[in-house]
Amino acid sequence: MSTTYQIVVCGSIVPDPLQTLEPVPGATGPTLKNEMMLPAVLDPWAWHALFEAAHLAKNAPGSKVWLVSLGPKAKLQQVMMTIAQKAPFELIAIDGSASGFTEASEVAATLAGAIKAIPGLDLSRLLVFGGWESASRGSGATMQIVGEMLGIVNQFQGVDKLTIGADGSIEILERIEGGKHQVSICVGPPAVFGWATGSLPEPPNNPQVGMANMRGIMPALQKACTSKVGAEGVTFASVALPKQRRDTKIVKDLSTDEIARDIVSWITNA
Amino acid sequence: MDTILILIHVEKDAAPAKSALEELGAAKDIAEACGATLAVGLVGEALQGAANHIAECGASRFLGVEGAEFRQSRYGSDIAAAEAICRATNPTFVIAPATSRWNRVVAGLAHRLGGRADTHVTDLVAGKGGVTISRWYYRQRMEAVLHRTQRPWVIALEAGCHAPWKGGAGTAKIEPVAATVPETAKRTTVTGVKAPSSGQQTIRPDAELLFVAGAGWTKKQSDGQTHAPEAENLIRGFLQFTNASLGSSKSLVDLSKDGQAVLTLMTHLNQIGQTGSTPRHLKGLSTCCHGEEPHAVGWRFITERRAVNLDPNCGWARGKADVLYVADAFDVMRKVNALLAAKQA
Repeated sequence: MSTTYQIVVCGSIVPDPLQTLEPVPGATGPTLKNEMMLPAVLDPWAWHALFEAAHLAKNAPGSKVWLVSLGPKAKLQQVMMTIAQKAPFELIAIDGSASGFTEASEVAATLAGAIKAIPGLDLSRLLVFGGWESASRGSGATMQIVGEMLGIVNQFQGVDKLTIGADGSIEILERIEGGKHQVSICVGPPAVFGWATGSLPEPPNNPQVGMANMRGIMPALQKACTSKVGAEGVTFASVALPKQRRDTKIVKDLSTDEIARDIVSWITNA
Repeated sequence: MDTILILIHVEKDAAPAKSALEELGAAKDIAEACGATLAVGLVGEALQGAANHIAECGASRFLGVEGAEFRQSRYGSDIAAAEAICRATNPTFVIAPATSRWNRVVAGLAHRLGGRADTHVTDLVAGKGGVTISRWYYRQRMEAVLHRTQRPWVIALEAGCHAPWKGGAGTAKIEPVAATVPETAKRTTVTGVKAPSSGQQTIRPDAELLFVAGAGWTKKQSDGQTHAPEAENLIRGFLQFTNASLGSSKSLVDLSKDGQAVLTLMTHLNQIGQTGSTPRHLKGLSTCCHGEEPHAVGWRFITERRAVNLDPNCGWARGKADVLYVADAFDVMRKVNALLAAKQA
């Protein structure tokens, strides 16, 4: 059975993980020092979700991928330059905060609104993808609420693999405790998938895909609507970096035997 | 008066899991500090055994959604059960252990109830200003203490963050609560659980020691050759001697996706760090891993940290480990395994 899908990937941007982050008080709550200056990347788990979406769409001809992204327009433009060459998608840009200190429910309302506004949206073909957690807020809440707002009760989090069966059913591997996966079968769309690492490598750059994407990305950025997301009802008493810098002892002059004895002694002493 | 509801899913009518008892301990402390009443909501195929186990916890009510339909860890049925219990108790706070099962539904549950959810909570305190929680942002890089006005406030409490409740068993009277699983939710069927393809269970959340392997294990050594099979044997042997949990850097698990020489006992489920897990262990030993920030954030809850690396200027040397041994991990681990073998003999 051949099914065509409408795959909507929700993915925002986060500071490049190699950057040093420092929280500072802002006008409406905590923010990051020099936040607008920090280089950004697509949220890592949403990145995986996008690859998986593109892979699925490629194997189900007639399917289409949208990327719904909420973030400061200028930063979105920078990040899209990088990801445009990776996979074909249509961008739906929303100009707003990508801060981790915003509320998942407010972000979800914005994303769900954007998804509902997609022309020709067909719930019977809809798969909503995203990262199972962001690398900013890290709550794992947004995708659930998006699903609720769209009336989707088949939801999966920590997804590492989707397999489409001959009958169109979807087998899902979800991460559970102890390094195991729960295996589920979902009859078909609509469903929400919060992706973990997935099982695909990063696709190589494809300039032709990049050219095709960019024809849609710039207009999408130009017509991006603004969304004011914040953290209503939340008061941050403090936001601080952990005070746990260790006084590292660098052992250079011990023989391998001595190091091994030291390690074994450390391991075996409770 | 505030009502604190704790949610527990019951596996095969067994005693509640340790994480559920920790959650119960935290909820009791909050209830006592706030003068709130405590209610317990149980979900599963058979509940009486678990309820009896915590009968003396001081809860004023035990409510249960019971039946074969609620045995499976499935979004549609779990959220229906939790919603029904919440509507029957009208709680101010809902506290659930941060298991994969509850983590999957708590935000959706809060949405249905018109409240808000906070997940990955590491501390829960009742003070003069009310209840505050602690949680981490930006992948464990900064810790926030916050409170909120919305109710009900659904909180998923991480494991290992509170002492488990200890008390006597008895006979609990469970109030049955009816929950309707919508037909659309029945489109999903849980068919089983799959262990990692490595065939050996290497992720052990309760282990005292975390052993992390980095990509250096698969790189060319001083003889100009790679020694992945030997690396794998050394790591496997060490895990057998110590019952340690196995972690990995992202670069090592990514090698398998890129089709390069890999350690077959490693899957991306072992990955620690920014896009991996943040496990809790007393000790952590890193080998052949540079300890860069995206990986080291996954060590936030590792108390004692040591590393073996040939580079004295690697990330571990910059305040991320207690001890850095500048040495060849192959040589060191051969000797470590020999010493452990002699000790066992």
